[in-house]
Amino acid sequence: MTAVLTPAPTRPAPPPALTIGLARTALELRLFVRDPAQVVFSFAYPIVMLVIFASVFAGEDRPGGVPFAQYFLAGIAATGIMLTSFQAVGTALAEERERGDLARLQVIGTPPLGYFLGKAGQVLVTTVLQLAVLLTVAATAYDVPMPDGAGRWLTFAWVALGGALAGTVLGIAVASVGSSRAVGNGISAFAVVLQFFSGVFFVFSELPSWMQEVAAVFPLKWLVQGMRSVFLPDAAVAAEPAGSWEHGMIALVLAVWVVVGLAVCSRTFRWRRTA
Amino acid sequence: MTTTRPAPAPPRTAPDDHPAVRVRGLVRRYGGRAVVDGVDLDVRRGEVFALLGPNGAGKTTTIEVLEGVRRRDGGEVAVLGEDPGRAGRAWRDRVGVVAQSTGVGDALTVRETLDHFARYHGTAQDTGELVEAVGLTEAVGTRVSRLSGGQRRRLEVALGVQGRPELLFLDEPTTGMDPVARRQFWALVRGLRAGGTTVVLTTHYLDEAAALADRVGVLAAGRLVDVASPDELGAELRRTATVRWTEDGVPREVGTGEPAAVLRDLLAAHPAGEVPGLTVTRPGLEDVYLSLVGATPEEASR
Ligand SMILES: Nc1ncnc2c1ncn2[C@@H]1O[C@H](COP(=O)(O)OP(=O)(O)O)[C@@H](O)[C@H]1O
Ligand SMILES: [Mg+2]
Repeated sequence: MTAVLTPAPTRPAPPPALTIGLARTALELRLFVRDPAQVVFSFAYPIVMLVIFASVFAGEDRPGGVPFAQYFLAGIAATGIMLTSFQAVGTALAEERERGDLARLQVIGTPPLGYFLGKAGQVLVTTVLQLAVLLTVAATAYDVPMPDGAGRWLTFAWVALGGALAGTVLGIAVASVGSSRAVGNGISAFAVVLQFFSGVFFVFSELPSWMQEVAAVFPLKWLVQGMRSVFLPDAAVAAEPAGSWEHGMIALVLAVWVVVGLAVCSRTFRWRRTA
Repeated sequence: MTTTRPAPAPPRTAPDDHPAVRVRGLVRRYGGRAVVDGVDLDVRRGEVFALLGPNGAGKTTTIEVLEGVRRRDGGEVAVLGEDPGRAGRAWRDRVGVVAQSTGVGDALTVRETLDHFARYHGTAQDTGELVEAVGLTEAVGTRVSRLSGGQRRRLEVALGVQGRPELLFLDEPTTGMDPVARRQFWALVRGLRAGGTTVVLTTHYLDEAAALADRVGVLAAGRLVDVASPDELGAELRRTATVRWTEDGVPREVGTGEPAAVLRDLLAAHPAGEVPGLTVTRPGLEDVYLSLVGATPEEASR
């Protein structure tokens, strides 16, 4: 105990939210890889689903003669994004709040935006890795054609980005509503229902119209639709309820979720259960 | 007072117009019950101030209002000149907090944890110096999940002082530490004070408050019942001395503010010699404290 601790004689302003967001992205990724259960779940779930469904429905084609695995890849890619964003963030945040990790961040002076950016950064990296593994399996094991041309890849990129960010924001929002147990269970149940409503497992246009309408409120339906536009042949657009891929609408809905969600989160976000 | 104990050390800092903490009429209610009930408090810059009180007295509630993490229902609070309920990041960076219980994560090592959180501050203490100061040098490479309770507490202290704060809040900092770690921690607090850091700590250990604090505020059931240096705590109570002796084989005792007068009478009544069993005692710090918080020694030892 020889070091002398003294108050700082001069004190530069604390680093901006972006700097802290980058530091937190690195931290979140480090914590992620040190939690094997989370790594396995995030990466394995979409692949396991693809394998199961592609095996069960191997002989069935989807509208326009699209092989099942190809059709299902759009839905499962979207589900994977929801998993690494909405589900992972919502569950982790509720736990961090309950453990008091967030209380520490508060007293250290973390800007909420810096914390959000850290989550978003971690989500983007894990989503990219997860999609890379998923597409590789789909292409090699099930001969699903990969998107041809820069245009489709670009669509893939912005749809995935929008979906991941919307999921992150939503995860932050729902994590505030209850205990970590309640949030964890609630998120899982909600995610399953939303997958059915949004056309992950079934052909969206064959769902009852009320289900389609409910699904249209949430980002997942638009995420799946965007992924269909990436992975299905051009002719498959005829089977879409709207008769088009509605790229403008997809971008709009995802952007609104991100922007409005972020505004709501910055106002309602709490570091502690009670104040 | 008529004792010959040395006069209490004069306060290091005079009462000033810009105290580190200024509280007037602080109230916090839960379910209609005021758990902090009209607390007035000044903490001078550079001093160590202890909030002493039994469990449930309202120490954590009070200190968390000062830290700006808990709402208050009434009263005025200024910490480093700002209202902690509204102050921004620049203010936070001047204030260090070691809470009663917060997470520090599990999966990182001590060094990784400190290196990470160093990046949140305008200026941060070097990690090597920090672990040395809190006595964690040997554990820098250890995962937080494998630290002992006392080591974990030291890591929390390190995180609290990492941003080199002007004002440090410590909520029951030594709970769970063994006696050696506790002494090391006391040395750390003395070092911080010597370096000019203002410290506000809560404790339910009387010896800790007496050992560390320039001034002690005794909190009981949400009210501040006394504020004084450890030597002057309960000055009223201490004024009463107890004179005991034996008369015809029967023990006698008298509580008095003027023991000398009682003695004079006693001695006059025993012109021939000794007064059997004669003692004059004044209440010790512990007796004073127990009276202040409304517990008699018998109750407290049950
Ligand atoms: N969030 C809360 N909800 C209800 N009661 C609370 C809450 N926090 C503290 N209290 C009550 O306020 C009183 C003071 O608590 P606290 O400030 O934690 O005391 P101390 O830190 O001195 O042990 C206790 O009776 C406690 O039960
Ligand atoms: Mg307490």
